[in-house]
Amino acid sequence: MVEWTDFERATIADIFSKMQYEVVGPAALARCLIVYPWTQRYFGNFGNLYNAAAISGNPMVAKHGTTILHGLDRAVKNMDDIKATYTELSVLHSEKLHVDPDNFKLLSDCLTIVVAAQLGNDFTGEVQAAFQKFLAVVVSSLGRQYH
Amino acid sequence: MTTLTAKDKDAVRTFWAKVSGKEEDIGTDAVARMLAVYPQTKTYFSHWKDLSPSSPSARKHGITVMKGVADAVSKIDDLKGGLLTLSELHAFTLRVDPANFKILSHCLLVVLSIKFPNDFTPEAHVALDKFLAAVALALAEKYR
Repeated sequence: MVEWTDFERATIADIFSKMQYEVVGPAALARCLIVYPWTQRYFGNFGNLYNAAAISGNPMVAKHGTTILHGLDRAVKNMDDIKATYTELSVLHSEKLHVDPDNFKLLSDCLTIVVAAQLGNDFTGEVQAAFQKFLAVVVSSLGRQYH
Repeated sequence: MTTLTAKDKDAVRTFWAKVSGKEEDIGTDAVARMLAVYPQTKTYFSHWKDLSPSSPSARKHGITVMKGVADAVSKIDDLKGGLLTLSELHAFTLRVDPANFKILSHCLLVVLSIKFPNDFTPEAHVALDKFLAAVALALAEKYR
């Protein structure tokens, strides 16, 4: 069981309540595909991913980025049992999508950077620690059903 | 990983020109974040009286690190040669596990994202990420 401090719970709830999922999601996924181009291997049917501009303007990337953030929302609402909340999603990513779990960390780093830009100085070291702890639990839970 | 292309080096130099003057703030913020977000990094600083992210020791160290990064930018055409002395320092004296270079690099990128939200585009991000990875590699050159 993950132990969350009051500060951590409040911080995560606060960040996500103020977040524009349709802005942050697409920005984070696009950044991941640009900074770590090998992640494009999972999106062969997304059309034009030839350069940064194409990726940033790609509507399928945008749609999927938003989908991913809504998936994160489930963890925000179930912080005391993220492991169980993500069992099905973990099986999906392993059995059907065949995503290397190392990629979850890459996307999580890009999401941290996008959120940092959004929150500016409000994204203090303590807030960053809480946010990254949350994402680490999510990443671990998503990788749990791999075998 | 890979070598830096001419495009990468240009992107790094262009972005670094914007950083000019803010190096101290960036360095101290990056080290403070590293200590706060990755507490295991504190193990390297057990000789400090005060290990809190805002301590004078942490601030001083942030400035030191950032001077090193700025130096690396100026030596971007030959990082291995240019950072030889620093590599020997990290290999024989400091013996920092190279995994920590990645951690500090990430914290540096977070700070850049906060301070330059419009300039730290995905294109600048990938160039800087590659650059910092190359610096880390040069720093670990003398390890074994």
